[in-house]
Amino acid sequence: MTAESKNQAIQLVVNGKTHRAVVAPQATLLELIRDHLGLTGTKEGCGKGQCGACTVLLDGKPVNSCLMLAVQAQGHQVVTIEGAEHEKELDPIQQAFIDEGAVQCGFCTPGLILSARALLDQHPHPDEDHIKEAISGHLCRCTGYSAIIRAIRRAASGGKS
Amino acid sequence: MKRPKYRSVGQNQRKVDGEALVTGQARYVDDIELRGMLYGKILRSPHAHARILEIDADEARGLPGVHAVLTHHNVPRIQYTTAGQGAPEPSPKDTFVLDEKVRYVGDSVAAVAAETAQIAEEALKKIKVRWEVLPAVLDMEQAMTPDAPRIHEMPSANEISNPEKNIAAQVEVTDGDPERGFAEADLVVENHYRAGRVHASHTEPHICITCLDEAGRLVVRTSTQVPFHVRRIIAPLVNLPIGKIRVIKPRIGGGFGAKQEVLLEPICALLTLKTGRPVRIRLTREEEFISSRTRHAQILRSKVGAKSDGTITATELEVLADTGAYGSHALTVQCNTGSKSLPLYRTHQYRKGVNNVHFKATAVYTNLPVAGAIRGYGAPQGFFALDSTLDEMAHKLKMDPIDFRLKNLVRKGDSPALLEKLGEGREGVKQILKSCGVRECIKRGMAEIEWQQKRARKNGGVVRRGVGMAVLQQGSGIPGIDMGAVTIKLNEDGSFNLMTGATDLGTGSDTILAQIAAEVLGTAADKCHVFSSDTDLTPYDTGAYASSTTYITGMAAKKAAEEIRRKVLARAVRMLSEKRGDLTLENGRVKGRKKSISLGEVCADALYEHDQEQIMATASHISYDCPPPFAAHFADVAVDTETGQVRVLKYVAAVDCGTAINPQLAEGQTLGGIHMGLGYALSEEYQFDDRGRLMNPRFLDYKILSASDMPEIKVILVPTFEPTGPFGAKSVSEIPTNGPAPAIGNAIFHALGVRLREVPFTPERVLKALRNA
Repeated sequence: MTAESKNQAIQLVVNGKTHRAVVAPQATLLELIRDHLGLTGTKEGCGKGQCGACTVLLDGKPVNSCLMLAVQAQGHQVVTIEGAEHEKELDPIQQAFIDEGAVQCGFCTPGLILSARALLDQHPHPDEDHIKEAISGHLCRCTGYSAIIRAIRRAASGGKS
Repeated sequence: MKRPKYRSVGQNQRKVDGEALVTGQARYVDDIELRGMLYGKILRSPHAHARILEIDADEARGLPGVHAVLTHHNVPRIQYTTAGQGAPEPSPKDTFVLDEKVRYVGDSVAAVAAETAQIAEEALKKIKVRWEVLPAVLDMEQAMTPDAPRIHEMPSANEISNPEKNIAAQVEVTDGDPERGFAEADLVVENHYRAGRVHASHTEPHICITCLDEAGRLVVRTSTQVPFHVRRIIAPLVNLPIGKIRVIKPRIGGGFGAKQEVLLEPICALLTLKTGRPVRIRLTREEEFISSRTRHAQILRSKVGAKSDGTITATELEVLADTGAYGSHALTVQCNTGSKSLPLYRTHQYRKGVNNVHFKATAVYTNLPVAGAIRGYGAPQGFFALDSTLDEMAHKLKMDPIDFRLKNLVRKGDSPALLEKLGEGREGVKQILKSCGVRECIKRGMAEIEWQQKRARKNGGVVRRGVGMAVLQQGSGIPGIDMGAVTIKLNEDGSFNLMTGATDLGTGSDTILAQIAAEVLGTAADKCHVFSSDTDLTPYDTGAYASSTTYITGMAAKKAAEEIRRKVLARAVRMLSEKRGDLTLENGRVKGRKKSISLGEVCADALYEHDQEQIMATASHISYDCPPPFAAHFADVAVDTETGQVRVLKYVAAVDCGTAINPQLAEGQTLGGIHMGLGYALSEEYQFDDRGRLMNPRFLDYKILSASDMPEIKVILVPTFEPTGPFGAKSVSEIPTNGPAPAIGNAIFHALGVRLREVPFTPERVLKALRNA
């Protein structure tokens, strides 16, 4: 692949900031985020859309950034874990993950927090089945999910466990 | 029991790295990019067993952007083992960085370093190999037969137990007189159990980045559980003295034993030494499944004899294990299958000092992916076979399975002789149980699962309900072998730096060590800044395995903190003009009868004012005790007799880990271990085709349980006080993995009256068992 001309210029908004990038047509959104923008909070666990570690929000909806081409993000709003905080305050979901012990190795955590954010934005008071469904695309090998579910409930109820 | 009051120990201290992890700021290996970094890729064997007759890498080397190609022709030919344990390592040294022969589909053939990952991939395709394909053995029961192909034939194969018969390692231990014990039994139950091959599936794949520092020393930044073993093991392979190698473990995305292996570091380092450039190698998820490490598949013959009143007279386990193409951890994992399970029960002449136990294990080579260390380390297989046999015995004796176990379980003060004879790869160390909460675990677990009511439940219809349980133990470190060390120093603001070689894999051990030090130093855990796992900057630690860090390194942290405390108080005596006996350390201050000073003032005095010194201390710890944590696990299941589907509705784990230094983290370890154990029991299994190719190397069809698949789980921490552990602590991380297979198997038996003797309990196996019943 030497044809530089095939590279495409795109523009997208990441964590509230407009970015322009020239990307190869086969470059994934994950590569754009990690390698071009240097936002390494987004993780790659399988590269095949089967573990959820690379989840980011695209126009508020969780997507596997390893399965999406960077050029497909043209004109869209992307939120990564680096954009989850609000004016340097942790998002209540981030705080709840810490408080409930929902973080062990932390590799799946950024993706899970963003899926939880999308869930609570749509349904501020989800029941347990709803939470499980929302995070069932994320593999976590450390926690057995219980503490993660507790954390999302806690965030939904305003920080109380 | 009267318990001392602690301020830091026993608290749900937030993880010291928690905020970095939830904000995406924590740096894992792949999150640094070095100038001029090359991307390494490994060419993998398409054959299960083959000799390389010719390998031509010229075209690959000529590809623009390729900087180095390694084959067996240009790497040092040194035998080693990838098992990252203490030295001398008991695993056979049967591995070369690259060999002229491959022994499983996925074995390393060559390695490339190129400017991009794509160029490296392209270069792999241009390496031409002329193969002599050899007959392969894919079945552990065939491996020892006379016509099986010999897998290892290197000149110094004498480290292998019996290379002609493909036996990597074997062990046999007898205590008492088991034959007589079985003869004296009123009833003997004996059956075979099979446990499949599973993967640890840490979410971060193995990854390593190597580079040279400005002094020409080799820096290895790697996702490992054993930085100091990495340094020692790669030194001869890269022909550098240990002092010229620095190994750093940053945050890592889980390990569960699979990162107790030295897999990528040697080849990555050789590529750096060849090119002078930083090199990164990361396994793809498929490579992770195929070429990292798996749990040993085993076939176990389990035999128990008992009197009609339920007294066990003898126990026996005979294990055949599949170590795959290489013998990493082949001996020690198999030792553990016996030494963790069998000593949990007495036999009838126990009071006379006789325990009738026989254990034999044989680990054989096959042309399949390599087995190694994984959470539980042989114990999950052992407990599946032994505990299922005990359950069957209780049923045949018409006893409640719990009453039967209670009659035979060890007690505090017991000294299971098997542990003296069977260590990890060598003789063990005499053990006396100084804490044992197993009966309390059973009692509290029974109440939570509503054992009596559920055992008496009437059953019928398509979906049958059942409840089962299992009793478990593990160890805390490897006695007489595992050593951990901690350095602590005091800063002018009253905070401390705590440096340790111990390796936090996400378990929270950095937090645990901070809590232990803070308890001694009368300060808050967040005043202890933990820096861990850098062979240049931290003292030695064996690493994170064998459930050792809290118990072993935790005690080193306690000792180092006590030394700091002595130094602080000695200085405060002069500063406050008070007697040593009148001084206490709390809330970051030294308090006397009249006055108090802060730790920061003590440090300033030491650094700038009087008889200047850095207040610091290093302490090491080793233990000849290996106190087992105990647990009772319970499963309430529903089995669909038409589809064979097993659903776990509720799972209860009551665990005695001594003092839980951080109950939230202890509970987290238990929940995670159960999740892994549930997958082992229900859904996870390697499937191979008839050429030894793994058919499911991806999460789509290697089924790890998702949040929606999980039952309600209740964890109960049962406190005891282990006198040899820091503030009474024992281990907690591995024991939960042992529970689900036997507990669910026993629950299925209760539901159906049919016993499943092979994990995972897939719908096919359930239906087959029902048909054969």
